[in-house]
Amino acid sequence: MYRYDEFDACLVTERVEQFRRQTERRLGGELTEDQFKPLRLMNGLYLQLHAYMLRINVPYGVLSSRQLRQLAHIARKYDKGYGHFTTRQNMQFNWIKLQDAPDALADLAAVEMHGIQSSGNCVRNTTSDQYAGVARDEIADPRVYCEIIRQWSTLHPEFSFLPRKFKIAVTGSPNDRAAVKVHDIGLRMHRNAAGEPGFEVIVGGGQGRTPFVGKTIRDWLAPDDLLTYLDAILRVYNLDGRRDNMYKARIKILVHQIGADEFRRRVDAEWEHIRTEEPQLPQAEIDRINAYFAPPAYAQLDDQPALLAEQRAKNQSFDAWVAANIAEHKVPGYAIVNISLKSLRLPPGDMTAAQMDALAELADKYSFGELRVNHRQNLVLPDVEQSMLQELWTALQKLDLATPNIGHVSDIIACPGLDYCALANARSIPLAQEINRRYQDMDRVHEIGHLTINISGCMNACGHHHVGHIGILGVDKKGKEFYQFTLGGSSDQNASLGDRTGPGFAAEDAVDALETILNTYLQVRDKGERFLDTYRRVGMQPFKEALYGTA
Amino acid sequence: MALLKDGKIADDIYQDVSQDSIVPVIGPVIVSLDQWDAHRASLVNRKDPLGIVLGSDEKAESIAADLAHFDLVALEFPKFRDGRAYSTARLLRSRYGYKGELRAVGDVLLEQLHFMSRVGFNSFLVKSDDAVSDWETAAADITVWYQPTGDGRPSVIELRHKHGSKSAAG
Repeated sequence: MYRYDEFDACLVTERVEQFRRQTERRLGGELTEDQFKPLRLMNGLYLQLHAYMLRINVPYGVLSSRQLRQLAHIARKYDKGYGHFTTRQNMQFNWIKLQDAPDALADLAAVEMHGIQSSGNCVRNTTSDQYAGVARDEIADPRVYCEIIRQWSTLHPEFSFLPRKFKIAVTGSPNDRAAVKVHDIGLRMHRNAAGEPGFEVIVGGGQGRTPFVGKTIRDWLAPDDLLTYLDAILRVYNLDGRRDNMYKARIKILVHQIGADEFRRRVDAEWEHIRTEEPQLPQAEIDRINAYFAPPAYAQLDDQPALLAEQRAKNQSFDAWVAANIAEHKVPGYAIVNISLKSLRLPPGDMTAAQMDALAELADKYSFGELRVNHRQNLVLPDVEQSMLQELWTALQKLDLATPNIGHVSDIIACPGLDYCALANARSIPLAQEINRRYQDMDRVHEIGHLTINISGCMNACGHHHVGHIGILGVDKKGKEFYQFTLGGSSDQNASLGDRTGPGFAAEDAVDALETILNTYLQVRDKGERFLDTYRRVGMQPFKEALYGTA
Repeated sequence: MALLKDGKIADDIYQDVSQDSIVPVIGPVIVSLDQWDAHRASLVNRKDPLGIVLGSDEKAESIAADLAHFDLVALEFPKFRDGRAYSTARLLRSRYGYKGELRAVGDVLLEQLHFMSRVGFNSFLVKSDDAVSDWETAAADITVWYQPTGDGRPSVIELRHKHGSKSAAG
């Protein structure tokens, strides 16, 4: 993985000391809360319902065991002993004291992490495929370009006060696991006619109260043009994006209002100038960063289908876990292991300090000391020998980290909701847990098959409800929590926004409504057909009738 | 208000008349884009220094051809969150070659100093209750920049490949 050189380290250290001085000025009364707010936000410190929340970037989801141990340390020393993984490859600590925040950031800097630009109207943490570098379907490793974008976007002099926040996602595979079509900029690596890898550039996707699937403004961009082209997009947005209404300030509104063709014209006109004014990304720098992502020292192994088949035949629980949580690795004899953070005991995405420490140890033992964070609030051990899977599974079970539900009904994305968040209208976590309780029969879970359920506690859509195969949006109706359902959303390469079923359901009826939807699916599906494909084939009608009766 | 220019407190020789109905005949003044468009013929013949202020919704292109007439261009930040002037400043410096004083006015906060100076601002009209020493500290807060902005300071990429950074750990 990438390691800071003296320049990266210097910037992060200086930033911590700068924030320490600003915090001292706040605590000493020299700064009002109003003046301090933008400063703390630019370092990831929010004021939530009950306390300060510190949001930390896990750049493009890559995490070392050493970093995970430090997150455990921060959870213990400055928080209540746990942390929360979000949908943006961030970790959030919900109970930080203001006077401790600079120390927590200094501890993070010691392991090459930070919270810079995890909030504010600037370029946020660049996100990517959790299988980057190990996926069998990968064209090129997106982490290299994510790191280049991370550095380019950090304290960008021109683009730190944009109309609104700005999220960039990169995928190096045709099967998009990074949801690039619902980002402000999505970059999809593919090869042009000459066989050279480059990027399809997609802009103006997003969720929130006005969701859009992004539009392609460039079919193929050479990697050494990446930063000048991003500069052109950001400059057009910075100058032309709306600033009169924060709800209309995202780039998706600009792209929608002027149209993708006009937006492309403005970007291309700007780019023609910038290309002559600014240096291209030097190949030496691409090579320098690429070297950090050289593969680990894999052993020469063969795939182990016979061994795994034997182990699975003997142990039904192990079999279920392998079926749901293991993905194909590009190197023979290895497997990608997904770690579900959706057990019954903790809210989705939450992890205790003890679990973090123990998982860090397992990463050292089984996966070259590296982990990944994905946008579905789960973790990944990317490089596990197939012959070690059962041993690893046994260890994970003891940590409550072996729930065999990846990509299934109880693998739910949920925002923090009204339990923590100052913006929420309804709670998300209790509903996610109630669904999880309802679907504890793993035979039934696997019978339902591949399914994403995403829950947001308000229309800002942090829980990605628009792009869940089944989306659930919490709303407040005269002081009561109601939940609206959408069907048919997807954030992959065939991204789509879900359609609303109709009126919402009271909190106590929401899980029954979900069950009605799933029973209907089981009745009308073709053999082996995923929920999403069934919905796309049969449409809303059968679900509507089952939920609301025939009108 | 205090004027911070090239890192020091300086006297502000200009009179900002951009909101006034009459432009005085003598003395250094700052005019609005509307005034410049309306009184261009007389303004170009003034002996005293001439400045112009652009609102955050007024584009660099609108004065690009006239830059030789100005000793000062001021860009307004109506709120610190309105970041359009950062792009306008960069365009004035790197695309249109403006070499004179580039001044940040309006809601100018200490914490923006880095960003502003890197995109080409060299003077800042600040609220006088901001201690000058704070501004001096702020100017030294961050010494590392990834982005090339044409302000003469090397970017990290340039530093890395000029001196030959140590190779990757892999």
